[in-house]
Amino acid sequence: MAKYLLLKHYRGGPAPVSEVPMDQWAPEDVAAHMRFMEDFADRLVKTGEFVDSQAVSEKGTFVRSDGEGRPPVTDGPFAETKDLIAGWMVIDVDGYDRALEVAAELSAAPGAGGAPLQEWLEIRPIMWTYQNTTD
Amino acid sequence: MVDESLLRTLTPDVIGVLVRRGADFAAAEDAVQDALVEAVRVWPGDRPRDPKGWLITVAWRKFLDTVRAETSRRDREARVEEEPPPEPGEARDDTLDLYFLCAHPSLTPASAVALTLRAVGGLTTRQIAQAYLVPEATMAQRISRAKRTVADVRLNRPGDVATVLRVLYLVFNEGYSGDVDLSAEAIRLTRRLAAGTGDEEAAGLLALMLLHHARRAARTTPDGGLVPLTEQDRGLWDTRLITEGVEVLQTALARDRLGEFQAQAAIAALHADAPTAEETDWVQIVEWYDELVRLTDSPVARLNRAVAVGEADGPRAGLAALAGLDPALPRHTAAAAYLSERAGDPATAARLYAQAARAAPNLPERDHLTRQAARLNARLKEGQAAGGAKNSSGRPSGSLNDTPEP
Repeated sequence: MAKYLLLKHYRGGPAPVSEVPMDQWAPEDVAAHMRFMEDFADRLVKTGEFVDSQAVSEKGTFVRSDGEGRPPVTDGPFAETKDLIAGWMVIDVDGYDRALEVAAELSAAPGAGGAPLQEWLEIRPIMWTYQNTTD
Repeated sequence: MVDESLLRTLTPDVIGVLVRRGADFAAAEDAVQDALVEAVRVWPGDRPRDPKGWLITVAWRKFLDTVRAETSRRDREARVEEEPPPEPGEARDDTLDLYFLCAHPSLTPASAVALTLRAVGGLTTRQIAQAYLVPEATMAQRISRAKRTVADVRLNRPGDVATVLRVLYLVFNEGYSGDVDLSAEAIRLTRRLAAGTGDEEAAGLLALMLLHHARRAARTTPDGGLVPLTEQDRGLWDTRLITEGVEVLQTALARDRLGEFQAQAAIAALHADAPTAEETDWVQIVEWYDELVRLTDSPVARLNRAVAVGEADGPRAGLAALAGLDPALPRHTAAAAYLSERAGDPATAARLYAQAARAAPNLPERDHLTRQAARLNARLKEGQAAGGAKNSSGRPSGSLNDTPEP
């Protein structure tokens, strides 16, 4: 029983296997890809391993405090950041090996021409926040 | 108010009765959950005189309704009699069969835990989902898959107690989040298992849980920080639980069938026995770790033994014991940091604490290790500023390795 974060990056990971951007795919390939993603989450609910899945917009802004009584300072959005998160999935599985297996299945989502995308996903263990009971 | 603990105690009994009457486990379990929901609704206004009889009647009716709905849908004749068949004598404790079924080796640990908490513990799916921080739909599916996995397992033969103990220990170690105290729940279930089986290791696990649970109030600061065993306010330890744990352990040990849980409980009992950290009988604790290593050959036990050696024979002996172990072991770096500080090498200790913090698997532990590194670094800077004149701080903070991890 361990939770893992599967992170999908637009940029910042190792060199992608497929370079064709999604807007160049045939419409039916795009539809098939989206259906796969939905079905994948449903399948993980059925295996009792799904926790959360979100996609985030590319438009990110950096923000920080500028001291008490002053409005927050913002920076960006930046057109070409080195690392760009596209979204994530959180799973609750029996261990690291199973987490890799799930990530590999997700990575094989169909891409252009229906071929598996084989995109890189970053996998990070989620820390427990509770106090366990041994000293 | 409905006495929820009564409902939870009765849950496995009622499932057992339905199964003995011919229901399959999965259907019986569903029917009893439905009956529990009805009890919570009806009992506050009209509490039955015989709660168990009421639950059996309602659960059996729910079961029949489901079977009828299914059979009519399939247009078949009802296979199940309207009236329950006479029950065979209650010579066996059905509840124990349920423990074995829910911890069946064909289940993954996560599934076994979830199924045990529902069918044996009588918790709702929502409560279990909250405790494990997953959506209710996910937990519902995890439980129904687990039920399908054990669907063909006969519910009338004892399994391996050790598999049940592992599941209960997992539940215990989860602690509490959500509105259910899983440690208390694990103790309740283990108590019943130990009483029902007379198994020495079940008693050993019960003793271990009681002795750990006794220290719960002392284990964290009000803001959630970890307090290592050696720094705990022993006045906060629950002496009633300690007394019970020691008694349970002594009875088990007297039967001379030692196992890993009894050995771990013996170590916990030696800690509980010391009025102050300084008075801890580390020599005996090392001897128990030797037993534990012999019984389990576990690297984690060897690591904890090394820390105990550091207390019994001095930090250099501890570091020597640690040197023979795989540095990739969880908490190896934290143990090395602790022993290095005790051996008079704060610079190495500070570096190792920071390294251990980065690899820590949970937030309280990471925060504790970060505080240790910061404490030492502040002392080192102070020492440099004062020309390294004197050692300004007192004893090092306690190790996290005083007790074994599961």
